[in-house]
Amino acid sequence: MSRPAVAGVHSLSVAGLSLSRGPRRLFSDLAWRLDSGHALILRGANGSGKTTLLRVLAGLTASDSGSVKWDDLQWTPLCAGQRAATLYLGHINALKDELTAAENLTEALSFDGLAVTDSAQRAALDRVGLSGRHDLLARRLSQGQKRRIGLARLSLSEKPLWLLDEPTNALDAEGAALFSDLVDEHLNRGGMACIATHLPLALAGRTRELSMGTTIQ
Amino acid sequence: MNAIAAEPLSAAETSPERAVWLTAARDLRLGLRSRAELIQALVFLVVVVSLFPLAIGPETALLKRIAAGVVWVAALLSVLLTLPRLFAADHADGTLEQLVLSPYPLPLIGAGKILAHWLTTGLPLSLIAPLLGLQFGLGADELVVLMASLMLGTPVLSMIGAIGAALTLGVRGGSILMALLVLPLYIPVLIFGAGAVEQVMASIDYSANLSLLGAGLLMGALSAPFAVAAALRISLD
Repeated sequence: MSRPAVAGVHSLSVAGLSLSRGPRRLFSDLAWRLDSGHALILRGANGSGKTTLLRVLAGLTASDSGSVKWDDLQWTPLCAGQRAATLYLGHINALKDELTAAENLTEALSFDGLAVTDSAQRAALDRVGLSGRHDLLARRLSQGQKRRIGLARLSLSEKPLWLLDEPTNALDAEGAALFSDLVDEHLNRGGMACIATHLPLALAGRTRELSMGTTIQ
Repeated sequence: MNAIAAEPLSAAETSPERAVWLTAARDLRLGLRSRAELIQALVFLVVVVSLFPLAIGPETALLKRIAAGVVWVAALLSVLLTLPRLFAADHADGTLEQLVLSPYPLPLIGAGKILAHWLTTGLPLSLIAPLLGLQFGLGADELVVLMASLMLGTPVLSMIGAIGAALTLGVRGGSILMALLVLPLYIPVLIFGAGAVEQVMASIDYSANLSLLGAGLLMGALSAPFAVAAALRISLD
């Protein structure tokens, strides 16, 4: 568990961030700042804009107004700095059914720009409870096991900012505990995370909660 | 346990052209896993082309006259058939988002996808086309020019098609819309491709047509990846 720190001390700050979908205002004038070693937990009812906010932070969705800044650098959607710093796990698992668990992990890591040895990948899969299932096609895995491939990817990630959408969905209690361990490890290495969830998370690290507005004026 | 398990790649290893090979290798691997889909386009071409001699009857002169046009139209339609699977499956399972978010430049990922698409559709179509031409009584020269025109033209079909597929991603009734969008743009390729074979049959110099196809190929190679990248960004928003 003695992995070196994630490169550098960073801050993510959001100012005046607003976004509407049709007549619905998902969020307006959001302003907060997240520093290395901290996690932001996004809470809120279904449809309160948690996923959309994560997608804005990842660059997949453009906000109507406001800025997302990494240190002092403003991110434009999908700019190189944003893609290099963030790891986004959506609520879909981003796995190819035709590939095995191990192959899916290899593909994901190579597109993350990481060189990971085969043995390290196998160790990561073992750690998330997929030992003996490395060579099963993803379509034969259960929802929770598919989720765990994502956890294996997290455990090998070198990106400072994790953007996780309902990461503990479909995970059993032991899987959720493993997830908390991974996030704590990441925060201890100086990483940061934004996690949208409506399930309780047992994180030891420094976390803040953000309630996404549900009040309708 | 897994100390120093993952290391960011050095600058040389994350060089942009790596993205092209990485994406192409990924798509080829996925393509080989679902071989049935790959063969569909080829079978479609063979069946459609074979329908014409059956429908028109054994009039050698007439068959020979329409051969190039028939093979080209059939090749174009079978490329069109394969376009939806270029991005739609990746879009549905979330892997397309991950490709877009990867640190590699999106145009080069798009180029890799186009390359893999051509290797799995255009290339086999071009290779099998001379066999189909034989059914129509084409001579050796004409078969060579037919194959050459398809080799130069089908990559352009993949490029234009990729733009259309990326633009109509996630749109309801997208495949019809895509056909309407893409088919008009296929017309020049069709004219020059079939035209080259017609010219060799009439013993006219056909090199101009092949040159124009080659020019289209170069223009497409330079611009299509950027158009695909822009279209994907819009479609995923």
